[in-house]
Formats: sequence, structure tokens, C-alpha cells
Amino acid sequence: MKKSKIALGLSLITITGLVFMAADHADAPAVTGNAADITDVYAFQGQDTNNMVFVVNTQGLLTPNATASAAFNENVMIEINIDNNGDNVEDLVIQAIKRNNKMYFFGPVAPGTPGISSMVKTNAMSGSVDISKYGSAPIIATENGMKFFAGPRDDPFFFDLGRFNSILAGSAPGFNNPGTDTFAGTNVLATIVEVPKSLLGSSATINVWAETKKKQ
Amino acid sequence: MKTNKITLVKLSLIAVAAVFVSCDNKGDSMDAASLDFSGTYIQQDQMARPAINTVFIASGAPKDAFNSAIPTKMGASYQGVFQSRLMALNANYTTNALGQTAAQLTGLLATDVLGVDKTKKTTFFDGTNILTGRALADDVIDVELLLIFGGPTGGSNAGLTSDHVDKNDKDFTAGFPYLASAW
Repeated sequence: MKKSKIALGLSLITITGLVFMAADHADAPAVTGNAADITDVYAFQGQDTNNMVFVVNTQGLLTPNATASAAFNENVMIEINIDNNGDNVEDLVIQAIKRNNKMYFFGPVAPGTPGISSMVKTNAMSGSVDISKYGSAPIIATENGMKFFAGPRDDPFFFDLGRFNSILAGSAPGFNNPGTDTFAGTNVLATIVEVPKSLLGSSATINVWAETKKKQ
Repeated sequence: MKTNKITLVKLSLIAVAAVFVSCDNKGDSMDAASLDFSGTYIQQDQMARPAINTVFIASGAPKDAFNSAIPTKMGASYQGVFQSRLMALNANYTTNALGQTAAQLTGLLATDVLGVDKTKKTTFFDGTNILTGRALADDVIDVELLLIFGGPTGGSNAGLTSDHVDKNDKDFTAGFPYLASAW
């Protein structure tokens, strides 16, 4: 037992530069600290189980002091990709992008072209919502059977990241019990949309991923 | 200071005027018709399952490369990278509680999409349902730790298979928008 633990520690140390910034918070240099950084993606059935909820969180680890000034970027589109035939190519997209003080939503609609490059599906606008302000009640819009929210929320992610990095560094043998939630007391900018399942195609299962896309 | 104040007043007046224009009782569609959504948007970040890029991809440029990859290209490009990482994390890996070999687990994870079931409970893993979605309260880190470190029975490396942070620091709401208010 002792031996394998030591071997584990050594093997972790040999991974140069492996630092967990889970879930996806500040995961890569090009996006860290800007509006394009996705921290987490959630997909779950709504309170009304006829609906599916998609959550895309960006700009993680915001302290309360930093949250009021954190803002969505008009040049960064948030795109929820939905594959409904199992080939990992998006058949439908839901796009969200800020203009002035609102977040505008498009889709679910077939993308113009799948892949890394997109245009806003302006003919498929499904609704918009005023971006909620820090410290105020959430503003929720309901249009076309869908619900929309955009603004600061508590980061729903939880993980003892600090202890895990110590384990990776070889300075701790394992997790503490209880652990310490590194993400406690921090916020994200959330984009949340609730959609009737009937708008997501006829398949029983779908594959979902989120992307941020920047205007060229 | 005075000029600043004057500028500020002017600016805020302009801002007020702008707000009136955009609120001009025509509704969203008219509003939106005057907005410019043109242009081409290029992928910056990609994510589905939690912590995949952070756990399995080396720091720096490779992380940016993974973020700009599309799912159909990920499997071929990254399965081998992921398997090397997995074996570095747990040199004694054989199979996990789902019976997956290192190649099978990393083959699944390398294509970063989240499977979501439209016909039943949505959860990352609840003891019964596996990868049918991701709900807010799911302890996704414990699931991933268990699959990486727990061995075939889930009983190996007991100190590494749970971080013992079992829930969020705020309660979620039953209805939309589900996420708790900001701190």
C-alpha cells in the first residue's frame, strides 16, 4: 500500500506542468481571464420535465468585488451545440450574444455550416433578455416557449482544487475529510436557456457541447 | 475635475438618450432588426464534460489547441495523449468501476461531448444512470476521481477517490434560473 502510494506520488510529479484548474476554469492561456473562457457546461431536464435546460458559465473565480464589473463581450458568441444522430457533428445550435444591455438568443436551428466558424442565425431569433445586474433579482424572459437568463450567479461548481494540486505536487498523500471547496464564495457569468425537448429533434439521446466564438 | 463632471453629465445624457431609442416600444423584433449581428465568429473555447481539458491536456499551447478542436477531430488526435496522462496519474490503472480499460476510458473522454438523455433523469452518474446529462448538484469530480483512481472495484487508492466536497456552497433553486444568486 505504502509503495503504491509513493509510486503514485512520483508519477504525478513527472507530469510537468499538470495543474488542475477544474472544471474548465481558466484552462488555457488564450482564453484565461476573458469573456471567451467557459468554466462549466450543464444540461439537465427542467422543473417541467418536458424541457431541457442548458447552462454555459464563463469567467470563473470572480470575487464578489470583481463581479459587478464583469461583463459579457459583444464580440464573443456563446454557442450550444447539439448532435442528435450520434456523429458528434452539431445538427442544431443555440446561439447567445450580447448587444447593448441585452442577451439575444437564436435557435435551436440548424447551423449554417458546422465546425469552428459560425455566423449568427439572425433569421432564427428566439428571444432576448435584459442582462441581470449584480446584486439585483434575476431577470427572466419567456418567449416562444423558452426561458432566458444572462448575468452573474454563484459558481455552481465545487471541488477541493487546492488540496488536489498539493497531491499532484507530491506534498499531500490524499484528500482531507471534509475537504475545502476552492470555488466557495466565487461567481460566474451565466447564460441559461430552457427549451422544450420537442425543439431538440426526435432522438432519445443527444450529444451536447458549448463553444465560445469570437468575431473576426 | 469640472470638465470631467461636465463630460460625465454629457455622456450620461447621451446614454439616457440611447436607452430611450432602444426601448422605443417597438418590441424585441424591431429592436433586433436594427442591430448588427453580421460577421464570422471563430471558435475560442470548447467544453462538454467537466475538467477534461484541464486534466488530460498539457499546459500552454496544447490547451489552446484542444479548445479550438471540434469533437469529430478529437478522438484521433487526443486518445493517445489522454491514455499517457491517465497512466501517469495512476500507473497501476487496469480497469475502473465501469470495467473500462485505459484505452476505453480515454477513448470515451477524448471526444469531449456530453451525452444527454431526453427520456429520463439527467445526471453525470447517480449510481444507476451513467452520463445521461449533467445536473447542477452532481458531484462530477468524485465520479472522475473514482474512474481514474478507484480501480475495478472502486476501492483502490481510498484517499484519492473523493475530495469530500459533496455539494455546492449555496442551494440551487427549484425553478429557473436554477443557479443561486451571486455572492
